[in-house]
Amino acid sequence: MSDTVQDQPAAAQPAESIDRVIIRFAGDSGDGMQLTGDRFTSASALFGNDLATLPDFPAEIRAPAGTIAGVSAFQVHISDHDITTPGDAPNVLVAMNPAALHSDLYRLEKGGSLIVNTDAFSDRNLAKAGYDADPLHDGTLDGYKVYEIPMTELTKKSVEHLGVKPRDAERSKNFFALGLVSWMYTRPVEPTLEWIKTKFAKSPQVIDANTAAFKAGHAFGETAELFDHPYEIEPADHEPGTYTNITGNVALAWGLVAAGQLSGMPLFLGSYPITPASDILHELSKHKNFGVRTMQAEDEIAGVGAALGAAFGGHLAITTTSGPGVALKGETIGLAVSLELPLVVVDIQRGGPSTGLPTKTEASDLLMALYGRHGESPMPIVAASTPAGCFADAIEACRIALKYRTPVFLLSDGYLANGAEPWKLPDVESLPDISTEFATEPNGENPGGDAVHHPYVRDPDTMARAWALPGTPGLEHRVGGLEKADGSGNVSYSPENHEKMTHLRQAKIDAIARDIPDAVVEGDTDADLVVVGWGSTWGAISGGIDRVRARGRKVARIHLRHLNPLPPNLGDLLAGFDRFLVPEMNLGQLSKVLRAEFLVDARSATKVKGLPFTASEIEVAILDHMEDVR
Amino acid sequence: MSTTAPVPETTRKDWMSDQEVRWCPGCGDYSILAAIQLALPDMGLRREEVAFVSGIGCAARFPYYMNTYGMHSIHGRAPAIATGLAMARPDLHVFVVSGDGDALSIGGNHLIHALRRNVNITILLFNNQIYGLTKGQYSPTSEVGKVTKSTPFGSIDRPFNPVSVALGAEATFVARTHDMDRKHMIEMFKRAHAHKGASIIEIYQNCNVFNDGAFGQITAKDSRDAMLVPLHHGEPIRFGNENERGVVLDRGGLRLADVADVGEDALLVHDETRDDPSIAFMLSRLAHGPYEPTPVGVFRAVERPEYGEGVNQQLAAAQDDKGPGDLHTLLRSGATWDVG
Repeated sequence: MSDTVQDQPAAAQPAESIDRVIIRFAGDSGDGMQLTGDRFTSASALFGNDLATLPDFPAEIRAPAGTIAGVSAFQVHISDHDITTPGDAPNVLVAMNPAALHSDLYRLEKGGSLIVNTDAFSDRNLAKAGYDADPLHDGTLDGYKVYEIPMTELTKKSVEHLGVKPRDAERSKNFFALGLVSWMYTRPVEPTLEWIKTKFAKSPQVIDANTAAFKAGHAFGETAELFDHPYEIEPADHEPGTYTNITGNVALAWGLVAAGQLSGMPLFLGSYPITPASDILHELSKHKNFGVRTMQAEDEIAGVGAALGAAFGGHLAITTTSGPGVALKGETIGLAVSLELPLVVVDIQRGGPSTGLPTKTEASDLLMALYGRHGESPMPIVAASTPAGCFADAIEACRIALKYRTPVFLLSDGYLANGAEPWKLPDVESLPDISTEFATEPNGENPGGDAVHHPYVRDPDTMARAWALPGTPGLEHRVGGLEKADGSGNVSYSPENHEKMTHLRQAKIDAIARDIPDAVVEGDTDADLVVVGWGSTWGAISGGIDRVRARGRKVARIHLRHLNPLPPNLGDLLAGFDRFLVPEMNLGQLSKVLRAEFLVDARSATKVKGLPFTASEIEVAILDHMEDVR
Repeated sequence: MSTTAPVPETTRKDWMSDQEVRWCPGCGDYSILAAIQLALPDMGLRREEVAFVSGIGCAARFPYYMNTYGMHSIHGRAPAIATGLAMARPDLHVFVVSGDGDALSIGGNHLIHALRRNVNITILLFNNQIYGLTKGQYSPTSEVGKVTKSTPFGSIDRPFNPVSVALGAEATFVARTHDMDRKHMIEMFKRAHAHKGASIIEIYQNCNVFNDGAFGQITAKDSRDAMLVPLHHGEPIRFGNENERGVVLDRGGLRLADVADVGEDALLVHDETRDDPSIAFMLSRLAHGPYEPTPVGVFRAVERPEYGEGVNQQLAAAQDDKGPGDLHTLLRSGATWDVG
């Protein structure tokens, strides 16, 4: 390792200590910005910083190169203390081409650092990005600290000795950028070099080229005298424990694997590829040694159908999708409501309606999860609020499904799915037992006096129906989508029976309220105003609340994990406040529910830009509501 | 759930549920139900290991009448649901009961993919060329020009030939039978069940209310010999009241011929195990409709890997390779760091 960057002469410039930084890497879809951001994040996680990320990429795999439509960005916020969002305005913007500059400059804080790859600023690229004049020279960038670096040329030079073709050499320029920013923020170098070796193991030349480019970027920062000095950000003061850096989708997939283990049932996933949920299918497909069966179905309907078939057979059944897929699965989910079989429907929400914004986040499926089926078909809903939290939320959704024999919605969104944060690994022994019991003996008699299984006889406590698995002798029975007679489960068209069964199905779901934790008020319990949130707004609301309280103003917050049924004490809690603010990435879906359920004057703060709220947006919304004279 | 106790002897009655059968009097479904209940005692199955899954339609009420596990699901989705059940529970014998509208219209996609995957299920496709439960609209197997409530001026679109569809979908077992011949139905059901992988049997079924006599020209007792072309593996394909006619394959394709004209040696010898499905496909097109000599029997029966078995082999291989899953290890499978 004689040529590692650490062995080069010690940096002349002592590092300046800062408490946090927000960096945004932006370039063309083909420039590898997601990879760059992801590596920077991992190195920071291993270093012990707290962090939050926001990958922000287009739906097209490769939109026309150099255009605004093709800009792919990755924002990461790292700090030496607890943070909850990927940050409002970046302190540093790395723009690999004019399009990235044009689309993302407005985000950069005033006076922020701008690192541009000048080699990409050709007339042609400027025109493609919609610039009439070169922004590097027309005053557009006045007021920013601009670092003009010919990254493409420097990268090519750094790999010249390897005999890499110029076209291929250019592809390593993201590693040059990564090396440079790694130097700027004194990130550990070894993990990235090791990672390059593993990631590109199939191609030694690519390993060499990326390594050389990374080191060249690092060395450039140190020697080019463009920068006054590097910065350092101390590790955050995390609780003791073992940590890993995890995205919401991986945490959710692992939660499902865990639920299989904790229930003692084989896990079955029926799914159809859809952004941003596909990564859960990919992840679960790897874990066959846990007995996980995954099926890539012919369509969304078959995905949930196969899962429901597996549930009938006694597997812990899951289907994963995003909004459009939920629409397609609706009829089968309704069947699951009628069959009263456990099924977890995972909806990684994205911008809608229709195809909408496939790669951008939104949380506008709450009312669909609550009401998006025909007939009276109540379903429990669990909503994740942080990437790492998806693990426990997946287990909770499975627990409710199994215990109450019901389909359950688990809502996440594109921001949580792809966003990453450090996660303190739980002790496996501390995870809950979610096993359930199956019928083994007849529980009824048919008109002929034979002992038989009556599938709709209910547990007096949970109201869950008796569940006999195929293969159990003597308990043969039929279930179906036609209305069933209470108890026996035989087809029944009786008016009284249908009304009774409709109420029973509703009462069963409502009664789950007794089995979920109370909602909790955080912040100033004696405040006038309470912010009520759900889902991934958790981080931004936390940041917004902190800022308001730092101004000496009082504000409280409640964040909901269970959206149906709602926590039993929620009404009482809300009664303690005068003003209610409900920030949502939709046009006010939870606020409608709160108004309907509790007759409170819930005010919406909405955002449907395909991006999460920033803390400052929440801060402003809270202050506005406080100032509002009624 | 497996047991080593000998499989109890059963009779038809053991497979009948306590529910009153509610099809229209005279419906062909009755004879199909009876044939299944008569075939099952010979299949050597335990009742608890049998599951019937259906979609929506008259035929889809079938599971309620079987004293087995069963699910009456939603329109067209039975093959998808049965796929999940068969994958999850290879110890079960999963039957799908479907109709022409259920399987070939709303559920066409699931049908072809279940066949393509070769999931271990037995699909009974009741084809009556009409929508019965919704009271008489034309179906995807109705002949062109069908006058129904939804097509008062006659249907315009061309029908599917279910056997052709199945063969085109890479089905490994394809057969046809009809509701007027109990013995033949029983034989086909047993063969289909014995097949490893997906099997499909098209059953010509008379809807005496909305499409009475649709198959009368070929299935009536006195016309059967002349109009049904029985397929027997390894035997020349011939039919007729005196067995005087046969099927010949020449450069123009398949054609019907008088045995006296072409000689017995010129007849096509049926090979249901032929890897290439094209002759089976030609046989499926021999009749343009149920008014011309129509083949019945097993068109194709070939061995292919079964889907659920493949899934379970991958699971077993992963466990051999990595050992049974361990959560503690999984959570630490990425880069980790300790905070002291």
